[in-house]
Amino acid sequence: MGRREEHGSYVAALLAELELARACLTRELETVFVGGGTPTFTEPRELARLLGALPAADEVTVEANPETVTPELVELLVAGGVTRVSLGVQSFQPRLLDVLERRATPESARRAVLAIRDSGFDNLSLDLIYGIPGQTTSDLRCDLEAALALEPEHLSCYELEAKPGTRFTHAHGAELARQADVLEGYFELVVETLTDAGYRWYETANFCRAEERDLRAQHNLGYWLGHDYLGIGVGAVSTIAGERRRNLPSLARYLAALAAGEPPPHEVEPIDDETHRRELLLLGLRLDEPVALGAVGDALDLAALARLETLGLVERTANGRGEELRLTRRGRFLGGGVTAELLSA
Amino acid sequence: MQQQDRIRNFAIIAHIDHGKSTLADRILELTGAVSEREMREQLLDTMELERERGITIKAQAVRVMWRGHQLNLIDTPGHVDFTYEVARSLQACEGALLVVDAAQGIEAQTLANAYLAIEGGLEIVPAANKIDLPQADPEGASKELGDLLGEEPERVLRISAKTGVGVPDVLDAIVERIPAPAGDPNAPARALVFDSSYDQYRGVVAFVRVVDGSFSTREPVRAMAQGTEFDAEEIGVMSPARTPIASLSAGEVGYVITGLKDVSRLRVGDTLTSRRRPAAEPLPGYQDVKPMVFAGIFPTDSDDYPELRDALERLKLNDGSLSYDPETSQALGFGFRCGFLGLLHMEIVRERLEREFDLDLLITAPNVAYRATTRTGEEVEVHNPAEMPRELEQVEEPYVKASVIVPKDFVGAVMELANERRGTFDHMEYLSEGRVLLLYELPLGEIVLDFYDQLKSRTRGYASFDYDLAGFRPGELSRVDILVGGEQVDALSLIIHRDAAYDRGRQLVERLREEIPRQMIDVPIQAAIGSRVIARETVKARRKDVLAKCYGGDISRKRKLLEKQKKGKKRMKQVGSVEVPQEAFLAVLNLDSERKR
Repeated sequence: MGRREEHGSYVAALLAELELARACLTRELETVFVGGGTPTFTEPRELARLLGALPAADEVTVEANPETVTPELVELLVAGGVTRVSLGVQSFQPRLLDVLERRATPESARRAVLAIRDSGFDNLSLDLIYGIPGQTTSDLRCDLEAALALEPEHLSCYELEAKPGTRFTHAHGAELARQADVLEGYFELVVETLTDAGYRWYETANFCRAEERDLRAQHNLGYWLGHDYLGIGVGAVSTIAGERRRNLPSLARYLAALAAGEPPPHEVEPIDDETHRRELLLLGLRLDEPVALGAVGDALDLAALARLETLGLVERTANGRGEELRLTRRGRFLGGGVTAELLSA
Repeated sequence: MQQQDRIRNFAIIAHIDHGKSTLADRILELTGAVSEREMREQLLDTMELERERGITIKAQAVRVMWRGHQLNLIDTPGHVDFTYEVARSLQACEGALLVVDAAQGIEAQTLANAYLAIEGGLEIVPAANKIDLPQADPEGASKELGDLLGEEPERVLRISAKTGVGVPDVLDAIVERIPAPAGDPNAPARALVFDSSYDQYRGVVAFVRVVDGSFSTREPVRAMAQGTEFDAEEIGVMSPARTPIASLSAGEVGYVITGLKDVSRLRVGDTLTSRRRPAAEPLPGYQDVKPMVFAGIFPTDSDDYPELRDALERLKLNDGSLSYDPETSQALGFGFRCGFLGLLHMEIVRERLEREFDLDLLITAPNVAYRATTRTGEEVEVHNPAEMPRELEQVEEPYVKASVIVPKDFVGAVMELANERRGTFDHMEYLSEGRVLLLYELPLGEIVLDFYDQLKSRTRGYASFDYDLAGFRPGELSRVDILVGGEQVDALSLIIHRDAAYDRGRQLVERLREEIPRQMIDVPIQAAIGSRVIARETVKARRKDVLAKCYGGDISRKRKLLEKQKKGKKRMKQVGSVEVPQEAFLAVLNLDSERKR
């Protein structure tokens, strides 16, 4: 948020919303995730107030942009009970960071990692973006190597989404189209490089060091396993007891409502059992661990399943827990299309 | 009842757009059959489609009075596909008005129709029309007509159907030059069915020319060729609306309401007689017209199959020459293999299905009827390339005698096209100094592709074209199959001359490669003759297809995206394990129309 004086009122509103929702939370939470936008831009005193007011949890993650990470900020996070930091590095190449209009530099990313490590964090995640206009295969290799050199416990690698009609697409669409053939191999390169380096490809875009400790992002795992979650803030989404609630994106109306002690303006989407099963399927197939067929029931198109099995894109296994389903390695590269097909019409 | 010697039965024959319908309108107006207020452009063409395309599909007969004479104007269809109907209509007449556009001169259909009329022994009254146009050349047109008919150019009437100039002379000439009908009013009744239509309340309405005897209301009637029996519910004349009368006698033209519910039970060309005193012999010349051009018609949305079936049933009521049989294509689903007299007939059926019945259709490339002899000596008639036996001794295909009239500068272009299409040159003659008639024998299969469009474009629209079936002949034909992902796509099989098979196969697979989206596996696309692959392309498998990010705020959107994607797949046709969008088939089936653009 640009205007520092508003930080106080926004944090106050967040806490007010949390208070209104308190009834649906257990006293001890499994995970908390502070993200969306860049929480570490927040005025330090306000950020500290927010962290201090959050309920205790086993995993508390905060998203941070490298250029905002100072030793002082890291101290603040430690003091606020944060257990995990997710650092939005995106790339280590100044040229590509420029294209993405990021203020961070490769140096600021390395400094941020050092600062985070110095204060004893043992769960660090780096975000990378690939498929940036002008990014060559060797650029991508360099980014992956640079990221691996920092030995993060966790990596999220996203393909750049150039949404139609945006200023970005207008500026770079032609270049992306020109690169289309090369870009197609980048996802494979990412997965190969990271798995060769000993990382587990546990979700479509997420990797964690394979070690005894479960280093998967527990908070996000909750989404993929179809658990309920509470989201607070402008535009935040919650799914609780068969109802998905989405706060509307207007900051002014959000602040006004909570200042008046009202719940923020929002829309509600009912998630009935059938929809829930469809979501269990489409989310579950993102993971390397299988989905229980019993849990998804009629959300699954059995004819499509048979066809995709023959194509070697899906595998069905049976064990003590009953039949289970997962995408094969090749199936995971084609996860969108395969999942669409597996969903019953 | 009219004295027989005061009856004149005539048709107007002309090349398309030479003004036949306008002349008919003017005659109706001038004889007072319709008032100007009732006058509607091209009154005789009742169907919306006919008016729009400026062509006549169904013949009609109208009675008008002129100076104490009863004139029966029998309108004929103007296109090559309906030659048989034209011939039968002409048989109901003693004379024909041959109309030629004075700015264009004789065209291919002028010739074809004139020959039909001459063969039928009709008295021909020639007229040069559109003399009001600045570019009209009445002299030249009259000379061409005179030469064609072996008459003095002075006998050619010069008229403008549009302004009405010369139209009274036309009517006078009909009375003076065309003989009154012969026929014995006291002999057993015989009437020629020269057209029929379907009235949804009253069933089949037959248009007849009474040759001998007479027919009265409630007459017990038999159609002699088909053996169909009915009682005439109503007898009347068109003037131009249906007007019931007590009876129709020798020489007269009118309609009979049969009460039959199925148009196929009363075919054009059949002879009606009375069961009270039946004639011994039918009138000569009945033929069961057989469709020569076939295509598969499928609903774009398979849910529309019952609607398509009902629509074809209803069209057939009005169009006895349309045939259809259920066909199942693994690529296109359930549909019908339809038989047509020719390409225009096919076009008309397709447009009527789409327009009158609001159906969204997919139509395969047309093919002709083949006669195949298998190695075991079995003979089969094949209407669908996918049913052509693979082990063949011989295949025969239909040939036509084609006549093309062009300005002399385009003779080379026409010859080139005819050679490309396996034509055999027969004969060439100068109709006038600048215009040439070329006669060729061509396989009908080459014509149904895009011959006419090619002819038009290579002669800058100047060529006129007509053809007549000339029997079956053996050909060096191959069946080319298209395989997608190793599975044969039945709808895309084709029968083609051996020399053209390679190029055509290549075109088809290339086009399919462009149209089939990349899939999760490599998709080979092949063209093959038997087990020999003659062309091959591959649609490379996609390497990635993922929804990159999905967290708490993204779930609904991603779910909806995937559901939409799944719905999109429903519109895909499944060929083995390959999904082919309907559009891909359409693009390939439209290959010819693409090529000509």
